[in-house]
Amino acid sequence: MKRLLNISNSIPAVVLFAAIMLAGCRSGVKKAGKDTDTLSVTGANAAIYENIKQAEKIFYTLPSPLESAMLIKSAGALFDDNLLNPIENARNYNTNRSMALNLGIYTTDLSFASLYDQTQLIINYMNVAKQMADGLGILDAISEEDIAKLEENIHNTEVIMDIISQTYLNSNSYLEDNGQPAIAAMVLAGGWLEGLYISTQLVDMKDFNSNKLVGRIIDQKLSVDILIGLLSGSKGHPAIDDLIGQVEKVKTVFDKITLKTSPVRPEYDQASNTTVLKSEVSADFSPEVFRELSETVAGIRSTLIK
Amino acid sequence: MKVNRFILILVALVFIAGTTANAQCKAFAKKTCLPELGSYTHDGNYHATILSEGEEAELYKTFFSDMEYRMSVCSAENLPPVEFLVLDADRNILYSSKDNNNSCTWDFKLQASQQLRVVLKIPSGQNTGIPAQGCVSVMFGFRID
Repeated sequence: MKRLLNISNSIPAVVLFAAIMLAGCRSGVKKAGKDTDTLSVTGANAAIYENIKQAEKIFYTLPSPLESAMLIKSAGALFDDNLLNPIENARNYNTNRSMALNLGIYTTDLSFASLYDQTQLIINYMNVAKQMADGLGILDAISEEDIAKLEENIHNTEVIMDIISQTYLNSNSYLEDNGQPAIAAMVLAGGWLEGLYISTQLVDMKDFNSNKLVGRIIDQKLSVDILIGLLSGSKGHPAIDDLIGQVEKVKTVFDKITLKTSPVRPEYDQASNTTVLKSEVSADFSPEVFRELSETVAGIRSTLIK
Repeated sequence: MKVNRFILILVALVFIAGTTANAQCKAFAKKTCLPELGSYTHDGNYHATILSEGEEAELYKTFFSDMEYRMSVCSAENLPPVEFLVLDADRNILYSSKDNNNSCTWDFKLQASQQLRVVLKIPSGQNTGIPAQGCVSVMFGFRID
């Protein structure tokens, strides 16, 4: 009888655990509330749109460290190693929160250095990113082989970008697949904030109106809500709740920028087999709002790297 | 005692099954989806999940002007080919893979940066049994225009 009771007590626990584990296969799942959608789809689109149901999984995707670094470089900005988080700070990061945020930060610094052929910095920052990944228990995110391959190809930007992309993928996928979406979100948030920090610090106010980098910073307004959506999937986690509060401050400043975009017109270019999404955009970004944004981001970043 | 051991083993098996399925999804994404990016640089982000026939996933991402992108969408062999739609902020459909011979890649660039929404759909199967389930992955590559 006692054994029977034990079994009957254990079975619901097993069923519950199994349910949690199966749900865990889709970490970060968020049902799309269809009733909150205000549909404004007309014509031929309407029929296709009607077939879109509630999503089983929603991905919120931020520009990756490589993409952020590429955006900075393509805007014509110069490299400044004083903007990177010093590798000596790594010894201060002992919590999952600080290691996750700084894995993202160091990966952006690494990407930035790699696009400007800063050979010694590339090796140093890859090592410190490995230190963060190892600290988080991410198995083989950055292996010794990756470091060796990096050193062998230190002058080959293409190979270095591939290695960075692979190691970042390894970290993200490990955290997502092992039921740590909050840690994964912190890595992504740290990387994005570092990209925004470097961009804002590189703007020369003397050519504010003609600086291409200013346009890139305005573009980041489009990603703030995505970041909040990403972090909200792990709401209730103390470090995430704190981070949402910080990102809300950035959003408050971005909300002062009015972005007007004309309807998007897809045009297919047969020669390149590429679709060009044509549209025009205008924004009012004053130097005052820029300074406020720059100071806000710098303030948040200083708390993340200390 | 034996029953408790059995329950423990069962729990462990459920845990291992979940982890293994996810690990397989990562391997699938790297092996199948990544090569489809060709000469584009993979951004390093990971988007893969397990879906059943009739289920959908959504993705929100900002795409930037002056960059060329390739989107690669893959689904496990046991699933019907995944359909994907790309919509703008006003929910206008900009691309439908169904209208493009069920292509699993799409190359595009933007005149102005935009936040786009990608909808991935696994069509419902013809059989009335248990719906097939498998990995679905989407990856993005970029290069400077």
